[in-house]
Amino acid sequence: MKKQNASLSEWLATLPSLIWLTILFLIPTLIVFAITFKPADPFGGIGSGWTLETLRKLRNPNYPAIIWRTIWLSIVTTTICIILATPAGYFIARLKQRWRQIFLLLVIVPFWISFLVRIFAWKVLLHPEGLVKKVLVSFRLVQGDTSLLYNPEAVLLVMVYTFLPFAILPIYAAAEKFDFRLVEAARDLGAHQLQAFFKVFLPGIRRGLLTAILVVFIPALGSYVIPDIVGGPNAEMVGNKIAQRVFVDRNLPQASGLSAFLILAVLLPMVAVLVLQGREKKATPIIGEEA
Amino acid sequence: MAEFLEFENVSKSFGAIRAVKQVSLSIRRGEFFSLLGPSGCGKTTLLRILAGFEKPDTGRVILNGEDITALPPNRRKVNTIFQSYALFPHLNVRDNIAFGLRIAKRPRHEIDQEVDRMLKLIQMEDQAHKRPDQISGGQKQRIAVARALINKPQVLLLDEPLAALDLKLRQRMLIELDLIHDEVGITFLYVTHDQNEAMSVSDRIAVMNSGIIEQVGIPAEIYEAPRSSFVAAFIGESNFFEGQVSEIVSNEYSRLSIDGFPNVLCFNDKQMRSSDLVYLSVRPEKIRISREKPESNNRHNVVPGHVEDVIYLGALTKYWVRVQEYRIAVFQQHSRFLLDEKPIQWHDDVWISWHADDGFMLERYSESDEKLMGTPPEKVGEQNGEANGTA
Repeated sequence: MKKQNASLSEWLATLPSLIWLTILFLIPTLIVFAITFKPADPFGGIGSGWTLETLRKLRNPNYPAIIWRTIWLSIVTTTICIILATPAGYFIARLKQRWRQIFLLLVIVPFWISFLVRIFAWKVLLHPEGLVKKVLVSFRLVQGDTSLLYNPEAVLLVMVYTFLPFAILPIYAAAEKFDFRLVEAARDLGAHQLQAFFKVFLPGIRRGLLTAILVVFIPALGSYVIPDIVGGPNAEMVGNKIAQRVFVDRNLPQASGLSAFLILAVLLPMVAVLVLQGREKKATPIIGEEA
Repeated sequence: MAEFLEFENVSKSFGAIRAVKQVSLSIRRGEFFSLLGPSGCGKTTLLRILAGFEKPDTGRVILNGEDITALPPNRRKVNTIFQSYALFPHLNVRDNIAFGLRIAKRPRHEIDQEVDRMLKLIQMEDQAHKRPDQISGGQKQRIAVARALINKPQVLLLDEPLAALDLKLRQRMLIELDLIHDEVGITFLYVTHDQNEAMSVSDRIAVMNSGIIEQVGIPAEIYEAPRSSFVAAFIGESNFFEGQVSEIVSNEYSRLSIDGFPNVLCFNDKQMRSSDLVYLSVRPEKIRISREKPESNNRHNVVPGHVEDVIYLGALTKYWVRVQEYRIAVFQQHSRFLLDEKPIQWHDDVWISWHADDGFMLERYSESDEKLMGTPPEKVGEQNGEANGTA
């Protein structure tokens, strides 16, 4: 009886956010899915009736390469971000309060500058007459005729730059709550520093790591501005194709089809992570104290 | 012949705070040795220096003939039981216990065998699959013990391991620790601020205060013959009198003059000279209280007083007796100890007496003495009373 009341009040408490999410996220997503099965009209709108025309057109021979590039760029971006952010989070969490705040501020400072401005800044740096290029050439690290811009590597570089703070923050948050006495305990039991890091610290911040992976991987998959500005035609991602379908072709069903594909690509790994987290939670129910 | 474990002139400062000052200490193989002192006395720092978590500014640590001062924690044959237990939350009980052996890359069947043996020792065979957040404080404590002991350390370090447990459990775990010590036979270095814990299980105790070791000895020595006023006040309870040596009666006894008292006779265990300033310390349970003036031989000090307060503590009754400016604590086993069966009550005029051998003289030297004398006697008394009542 008591339990029923508890679940009822839980329901009532979560109802507003459920309505909010339904109206603003679930329904629009379903609309995107639905438009995929609508015909396009010549004026950029949506025609009447239902069709599988869009699905047929999705088998465009250019798409597999672009989708593949989107996925590997996102995976590599996420990997590099996690590899850089984990030691950074560890380092910041071990600092004294004062220094911690200064370093956190340094991580957040780029957000004060417009995202677009920062991407264009990279374009200036990587430009054939830009600073980075000149320095690299003067050290004979690249040939004078190598282009640093308009290739997948440039996109990767700028994506890592853009998403790194998003990886550092959740990892730092987890590391800050981590009980570093556990590292001492591991050292005491014979682990050297790296073993303690991998066997105790990383499992201790795994929730932060999962969050970091999600908040980097999902926006990376949907990147559109970065490949558009520093990527060029050889480094296009799915996001660019969606934009082209909307702005150039004025074909909303095509754009919806690609979007739906992207949504599924994002949703599936996320569901996998949630299931993994849920299983872990279930494995550790709270059990009453014994004597 | 060097001892099994030695601290040689070890010092450690944190900024301006000198946590450990020139400490030298020898611990024997197989001993249950306690570092006892108030918080901030440097006992935990000393333990962390031995574990390898702190580097001493000066001095050396020698374990079994090997200078281990510069070794990192993972290369020292000591293991620690942390105050918070520091069990790995992502591993279950079995994996926690196996941690050290897995790091050491021991063969799998050997690890399984050792873990089973440990689970049996701590009687937790049926809980091996549980995670640390699913078990109670006492169980965590036992797992921390097993996780440390499985590595067969030369010294087991225990950093206030019982502080997080409630009183009853604390007493039970203390007995368990003592049994485990007897069974495995390795050296235990036990850090605590609780004198009852230290007294009841230790072979020897070092009493620490503001970075130095005040006294090392077996529990009875520490209690019966404290070397300093700090030890006398910190261990158990004491009445302190400020006095001056007025006469050396013999090799064994001296007379003291204390304001408001007739000359007091006291055992002369320290080399005091005439007119030295001293404290006289007398334990409350060594003082007898009676309504009639006791028949005294000349070895007893007999003083008239006035009962100001009677505190019932269960196993004991505590009397506060006013003699001039002093409030003297007296313990009696129970209130009906007098032959006339009439209990002593508030505002009774009484006689108190103690044998000269039961008072001891302490030099007045330490700056912390002022603080000690300032502690309200009631407070110290209550703690002691509780401890005695429940022991």
